Amino acid sequence: MNLLTIAIGAIFVNNFVLVRFLGICPFLGVSKKTDTAIGMGMAVTFVMTLASAITYLLWQYLLVPLHWEYLQTVLFILIIAALVQFVEMFLQKVSPALYSALGIYLPLITTNCAVLGVTLLNTQQGYNFLQSVVFGATAGVGFTLAIVLFAGIRERLETAPIPKPLQGFPIALISASLLAIAFLGFSGLIK
Amino acid sequence: MINAIKNGILKRNPTFVLLLGMCPTLATTTSISNAVGMGLSATAVLICSNAVISMLRKVIPSKIRIASYIVVIAGFVTIVEMLLKAYLPDLYAQLGLFIPLIVVNCIILARAEEFASKNTVLNSIGDGIGTGLGFTGALTIIAFFRELFGNGTLLGHSVFGASFNPATIMILAPGGFLTLGIILGAINLIKMRREESK
Repeated sequence: MNLLTIAIGAIFVNNFVLVRFLGICPFLGVSKKTDTAIGMGMAVTFVMTLASAITYLLWQYLLVPLHWEYLQTVLFILIIAALVQFVEMFLQKVSPALYSALGIYLPLITTNCAVLGVTLLNTQQGYNFLQSVVFGATAGVGFTLAIVLFAGIRERLETAPIPKPLQGFPIALISASLLAIAFLGFSGLIK
Repeated sequence: MINAIKNGILKRNPTFVLLLGMCPTLATTTSISNAVGMGLSATAVLICSNAVISMLRKVIPSKIRIASYIVVIAGFVTIVEMLLKAYLPDLYAQLGLFIPLIVVNCIILARAEEFASKNTVLNSIGDGIGTGLGFTGALTIIAFFRELFGNGTLLGHSVFGASFNPATIMILAPGGFLTLGIILGAINLIKMRREESK
């Protein structure tokens, strides 16, 4: 499978949030403002790309040769947790401004199932190193796209007249459903 | 312990009240059997991890507690995954990626941090049973509507007869968001009516 197909598949056709249902918690939790949504999206994309690269190498050169495949879940989640911690410390030193902007969202990335999901999908699909990295990065771009679009809608919802029982989460979920219908339009774009 | 079970099912229902663990809630509720399978797998992990974390609550240093909880949870998830693969391969194929993803289900980590790390083993097991059943129940309710309207069946049996034209969109992604949104709205409406009548 070529890289462009993987990219378009990850961003539009099988969008991680709206089609695959991965990373719904931050999608609903951190989408009240467009600024924070962009920050969260960028942080997730960064971690996903790094995690895809590292877990690929570990899988290919450690777990497969030693026949330790069943340790996949345990090892991958530890790698992701360590990676998030590392990114946090690195940003704190190098770019305090970005660190304080992302601050509270960084540790949350560990439990974002989109990150663990992308690493597991990489091994499941049998992608090579380059394909894994591209898949990780573009899955992050797809996540960012969905969360930023959704944040834009939610900012409008704040001032819209909505029946009282539907205010807050119910109307947000119904808008997400409409957004997901829009993304269904991409299906069939690639095979 | 009975109280802990009751609390988890109703008052602190993880899905409808706390809105935790949304990914499996939306992804695996395309049919009732998938929803029950997912719910019970998560319940099994939750009970075991709550029990072990509660046993170790005086041993685990507080600085690395989250990492320790994740390792305990990941261990049990791997066991459940292997058992499903061996004994229920059909269900395993249906749930696919979402079985290993139980590791990052925020419900389990939240119960470990909030309850199991502070309470006795027996109470923690009760909390695990209650929260797990609350989760399973919520998934089943969502799946009931999605399978009924999206496929015209309940547990695989046809309900409306052959002339029914199912609304396939209900078992696709948009239907998941829509069903959960409407159910939450209905719960809010019932709560508001109750408060008014008081």
